[in-house]
Amino acid sequence: MILLIVIGMSLATMIPRLVPVFIVDRLEFRPWLNRWLAAIPYAALGALIFPGILFVRESSPVAGILGGLFALLLSLFRLNIVLIVIGAILFMYFYPA
Amino acid sequence: MQQEKAIAGKASHMAKKGLAAGFPLVLSYVPVAIAFGVVARQSGMNVFDIVMMSVLVYAGAAQFMSVNMMNVGAGALEIVIATFVLNFRHFIMSFSFMNRLRHIEFSKKAPLTLLLTDETFAVSSIHKEEAKKEKGIIFYTVLILSAYISWIFGTIVGALLGDIIPPKLSESMGIALYAMFIGLLVPPVKKEIRLGIIAVIAMILNAFFSQFMASGWSIVLGTIIGGASGIFLIKEAKA
Repeated sequence: MILLIVIGMSLATMIPRLVPVFIVDRLEFRPWLNRWLAAIPYAALGALIFPGILFVRESSPVAGILGGLFALLLSLFRLNIVLIVIGAILFMYFYPA
Repeated sequence: MQQEKAIAGKASHMAKKGLAAGFPLVLSYVPVAIAFGVVARQSGMNVFDIVMMSVLVYAGAAQFMSVNMMNVGAGALEIVIATFVLNFRHFIMSFSFMNRLRHIEFSKKAPLTLLLTDETFAVSSIHKEEAKKEKGIIFYTVLILSAYISWIFGTIVGALLGDIIPPKLSESMGIALYAMFIGLLVPPVKKEIRLGIIAVIAMILNAFFSQFMASGWSIVLGTIIGGASGIFLIKEAKA
């Protein structure tokens, strides 16, 4: 029964991922539409970070924000992204409450 | 002969670059996948179903959500529809990614769309120069496959060793993906502040929409409408 749910979830996820490859090549986009699509990664990153980061620790939205600010601080120092990830995990682990 | 060697050299160079770019993904996927395996196992799913979910669905947020929904007794159709809503953002991301890989053969890029996640899309998008280079598709393939394999690997570890991992550690690992998103966003924004404005607009829109709709739809709307600000803010005409 659970496997059926998994297969349904798989189709619901994979079909939207796959469809654009059939569409994009057939269309020639105007420059403004190309600029829109070029902006999507940055918009997506923004929407993925906030407000989701508030819920990393259910009991305390502040913990998530501080963890994010710590990652921001590390990335301003041009640290490698691997170190940013490790640093943020350690910060959350040792941040009280 | 000489030419063949040169091409093979370029291919392995791109594969190495893909591995290097994929390493942060591996590092943040393994702990989150372990956390998923632990949570799913503790909620009573069997190891086979848990691993199949990572193999066939391969979408972290939706996988966690489905375990929650099963726990509260939600129906199969409800779970599938919620998955569709939550993951529809990948349609937009795939659209943006495919627009950049226009000149690549269909048979080489189509499989990559199936494994497109928030994180593989974000890392691929930040490394946009490779799309124009010879054998660049190998870069993206290695990058995306290493993320997929580490997700499955982490799931297996979590499902098998569920009880050993302290909950505080697996909770702290929840910050990993956000740290990676931030680490990906900051360098391009430092170069071009307008990209940061686009991101902040999307954040505000998502925070607003999430007040009165499912988080999946609010991320989709935040991304599409926030991205539209790029029509005015992005200088380059080419994607």
